[in-house]
Amino acid sequence: MSRTYAELPGLMTLMTGDEKHGPSATSTLDVLWVLYDRVLRVSPDRLDDPGRDRFLLSKGHGPAAYYAVLAAKGFIPESWLAGFGSADSRLGYHPDRNLVPGVEISSGSLGHGLPIGVGVAHGLIARGRPAVGDQAPRVFVLVGDAELDEGSNSEAIVYAGAAGLPNLTVVAVDNQSSSWGWGPGGIEAHFAVAGWSVTRVNGRDHAELEAAFEASGDGRPRLVVATVEGKS
Amino acid sequence: MTDMRTVFSDAASALLDEDPLAAVVLAEISADLFAKAAARHPERVLNVGIREQLMVSVAGGLALAGLRPIVHTYAPFLVERAFEQVKLDLAHQGARAVLVSIGASYDAARGGRTHQAPEDVALIDALPGFTVQVPGHPDEVRGLLRGAVGVLDSGSTYLRLSAEANREALPLWPGLQVVRSGRRAVVVAVGPMLSPVLDAVGDLDVTVAYATTVRPFDGEGLRALAAAAAGTVVLVEPYLAGTSAHVVSEALAGRAHRLLSVGVPRAELRRYGQPADHAAQHGLDAAGIRRSVTGFVFADLT
Repeated sequence: MSRTYAELPGLMTLMTGDEKHGPSATSTLDVLWVLYDRVLRVSPDRLDDPGRDRFLLSKGHGPAAYYAVLAAKGFIPESWLAGFGSADSRLGYHPDRNLVPGVEISSGSLGHGLPIGVGVAHGLIARGRPAVGDQAPRVFVLVGDAELDEGSNSEAIVYAGAAGLPNLTVVAVDNQSSSWGWGPGGIEAHFAVAGWSVTRVNGRDHAELEAAFEASGDGRPRLVVATVEGKS
Repeated sequence: MTDMRTVFSDAASALLDEDPLAAVVLAEISADLFAKAAARHPERVLNVGIREQLMVSVAGGLALAGLRPIVHTYAPFLVERAFEQVKLDLAHQGARAVLVSIGASYDAARGGRTHQAPEDVALIDALPGFTVQVPGHPDEVRGLLRGAVGVLDSGSTYLRLSAEANREALPLWPGLQVVRSGRRAVVVAVGPMLSPVLDAVGDLDVTVAYATTVRPFDGEGLRALAAAAAGTVVLVEPYLAGTSAHVVSEALAGRAHRLLSVGVPRAELRRYGQPADHAAQHGLDAAGIRRSVTGFVFADLT
């Protein structure tokens, strides 16, 4: 059974018990929904398909929105949601790929998803699935703006830009939570100078997000900054 | 004699030719040795620059995409600098790789502390699921590398190369190999410690057993050897002293035994010079090992 976007808050309530979800809990919700509903070529019946698209949630904090989308799309039973974080639950406060079907990486410690994503993108190319044209698998990595503080990301940004991985897309959900920010030009300036194709969209606008994810990076890795309201 | 690093790069290059899923990830170190392989397999020989965190994470990603990555650089940069990446992007993910270090312990005696990581095996040992291989001779490297890549489906391996080497290679064997037999103690010589150990114990009534595979440790073999040698064990490791004390303790749990752990001390030496100078300072040359063994096993003779 596939749920609608409007039903996601109800699924999150099963996990958190909260009737209302603040901006922090839902900062990734629209990005996740658009990816799983419109963009990613992945489904519960092809979890091990080497040709599937990969979604890597690097920002593993606050995964309720992620679990809600996975449940809505049938990757995990909705009955798992109520036990969120309990001793018998597979759903922890940071996701574990070895426990949750459809989760591509275990995350939590910040700054690991993008560097791993570089390796996955390389690996898919090495396996003869170059991302030229629409049929090759793509790698999407979701990071937070504050997560980019971690220096490991800088290693990956410069390298991937120079190596030119066309099948790699980073989605940076920007809720302006980095204490020191990214200066004039924002996050995208740092990726652009490394040779990435960059764009910034409204992180709540599904049509804008979808268009940004589907647009070509002209053979370069792609950054989509998704602006959402600041942390309250 | 061809050194371990050259044997390794030749063997890894051959694997790249044979196995379409094999990959090598580098961080500048040894990139020159892989230049030919990189020309043949540009998509599977990745030099990420001086970025060790990225090197390990990329290996994790390659493994998740179904490849068999070999990750290689200098020991402190492979194990210590990128330790959280080894812990999370390999072990925690369930992604497997072969980590191959050079620059063991005090190979870089002149380089100082920044280029020395005698705690490497202890750190890897703190993580679940790693096999640890410590070759004692360049001729042992090729087989150990191929074996490590061959068992990637079941786990990762740390392959620890050194500029130090025994006079002769031994046949590869996953357990303890008895090199000579005695009654008063069993001296376990790990990797390149075998020649100094044999020089040290020349006329002493002890068993000498050689180990290249230290994780998993051959506990069953040690139990048998210790039982025939008065329950007395001297562990001689070319890295941090006591690194394998806990596995010896587990192997001999419930049996009366005595253990002396010989290895690189924790205290920083702050001296330069040659590896031989450091071996002597650490008591890891033949004379130092003899002092340790006689003091521990043959106190009645001293």
